[in-house]
Amino acid sequence: MPNLIDQGSSATGKAGNRSLIRIQHLSKRYPSQGKGAEGMLALDHIDLHIAKGEIYGIIGHSGAGKSTLLRSMNLLERPTSGTVIVDEVELTTLSTAALQKQRSKIGMIFQHFNLLSSATVYDNIAFPLELVGTPKQTIKAKVDQLLDLVGLEDHRNKYPAQLSGGQKQRVGIARALANDPKVLLCDEATSALDPQTTNSILDLLLKINKEFGITIALITHEMHVIQRICDRVAVIHGGRIVEEGNVVDVFLKPQHAVTREFIMEESQSDEVQPWSAFKTQAGEGSQVVKINYLGDVTYEPVLHHVLNTAGLSYAILQGTISKMKDTPYGQLVIRLDGDAEKLKGALSALQERGLEVEVIA
Amino acid sequence: MNNFELDFSGVDWTMIMEASADTLLMLGFSVFFTFIFGLPLGILLFLSGKSENVVLRAINTVVSFIVNILRSVPFIILMVALIPIVREVFGTAIGVRGTIPPLVIAAAPFFARLVETSLREVDRGVIEAAQAMGANTWQIIYKVLLPEARAGLIAGTTITAVTLVSYTAMSGMIGGGGLGDLAIRYGYHRYELTIMIVAIVVLVILVQLLQWIGDALVRRYTRK
Repeated sequence: MPNLIDQGSSATGKAGNRSLIRIQHLSKRYPSQGKGAEGMLALDHIDLHIAKGEIYGIIGHSGAGKSTLLRSMNLLERPTSGTVIVDEVELTTLSTAALQKQRSKIGMIFQHFNLLSSATVYDNIAFPLELVGTPKQTIKAKVDQLLDLVGLEDHRNKYPAQLSGGQKQRVGIARALANDPKVLLCDEATSALDPQTTNSILDLLLKINKEFGITIALITHEMHVIQRICDRVAVIHGGRIVEEGNVVDVFLKPQHAVTREFIMEESQSDEVQPWSAFKTQAGEGSQVVKINYLGDVTYEPVLHHVLNTAGLSYAILQGTISKMKDTPYGQLVIRLDGDAEKLKGALSALQERGLEVEVIA
Repeated sequence: MNNFELDFSGVDWTMIMEASADTLLMLGFSVFFTFIFGLPLGILLFLSGKSENVVLRAINTVVSFIVNILRSVPFIILMVALIPIVREVFGTAIGVRGTIPPLVIAAAPFFARLVETSLREVDRGVIEAAQAMGANTWQIIYKVLLPEARAGLIAGTTITAVTLVSYTAMSGMIGGGGLGDLAIRYGYHRYELTIMIVAIVVLVILVQLLQWIGDALVRRYTRK
């Protein structure tokens, strides 16, 4: 077997911000049942770079290709063309045995947990260690440590059928971390869980990312998941990445219709109206303005100070103040009343204070 | 004496005991060898059946075809047809020794299909998870497939053992020995109803016992 495994260490340190996962021109075409037909193009020339240590989210509707994309990162799904490079090793060219060895360094968790029903919690977590021939004593120490990490010490001898969904996913996470992977792939890991459990699992993933520096790639159809833990996001639609960037940027200034759709869904579209709906509020001596806050400025009384100084009155028409991972943000639609000169001055003063201001009407 | 009154005082119990021992011997050996040959055959059918590899697909077609042939020939005919081959290979075609080969040849394909079916019941996601962890095919077989399908495999073994009890009885037709042989020689040829009834009662007890043990083991290993 060629010693491809160690290439990673020798080839490191080329760039400061190196990608842990690099996907280049990746396409996947599923053969059709009938002869001569083209088949279904699930992924269409995807290029993707995931930096070391980040949490990267891929969001899309079912059938958009997100699952195929994630599963090609450990070649559970073999691409029709293109390359997959994880930690400087090009998986697409590896022999079966070399690929198996490489896979043990890529953790994966699943929507339906996929635990061995015939094995206890302990044995499930020990399983990947047994696969690579770890000595019994080492296994025990490692499993004890992982049980402690995911908070399941008291359940070590239970079978999966005796656990709740959240507990099963914790076992899944512990199992995925057993071989100290550099990457954790999450295949809709919270989609089968209730909202509260979802948040506790997301917090656990965040903790793992921070404490061990494990790079996480996840797919989801919930903007909430992206917003809570991801650093960067890609929106996938029809087998193509239609939008990509830092979560805050994509979230506050979505460019593609599909992205906007996901954000609307997240904010319960029946309660929140699009900005344009407030145009009618403007009139003689008043303007409707959209203000974006980002970062610490969100919690400062900027609006109050600036408008007070300018001698303007205002009404808040719609607003959100929340957090994206660790970044506070706010979006307000306000109506400003006063004379045009003062309005203009106030808007530039707001901009000077670091707010993003857009006049809607 | 009335023809319908049964008198068990004339029954030769030593003969019954010996026949029972023969049956148990045939059953034990045939279940053992059926398991030894049928399990890998079932695993092969399962793995090759879902493969995209052309060679494995071909193997699957051939093995599946042979299994189907062996399963479609009634045991009594298969047994007779195998007499020359068994005599050539194993030295004798009668008695306990001569009966075991046809029993295994008939039961192994049957058991293989049961194995294949229980392996199909194993959650695909669990197999995929093992693949994602870097498990090779052997590890997937003995660390995932077999433990996950354990309850189903035990149930399949029980069904096969019960079927083999009736096969051993059938082998009495060609001088196979055991309780079936006894029932045919005394009950059928000499019309000694009592011997036949005793033989049947012992067979019924044997089947009940096998089923009871099998069910208990299945309960013990069911984790769903």
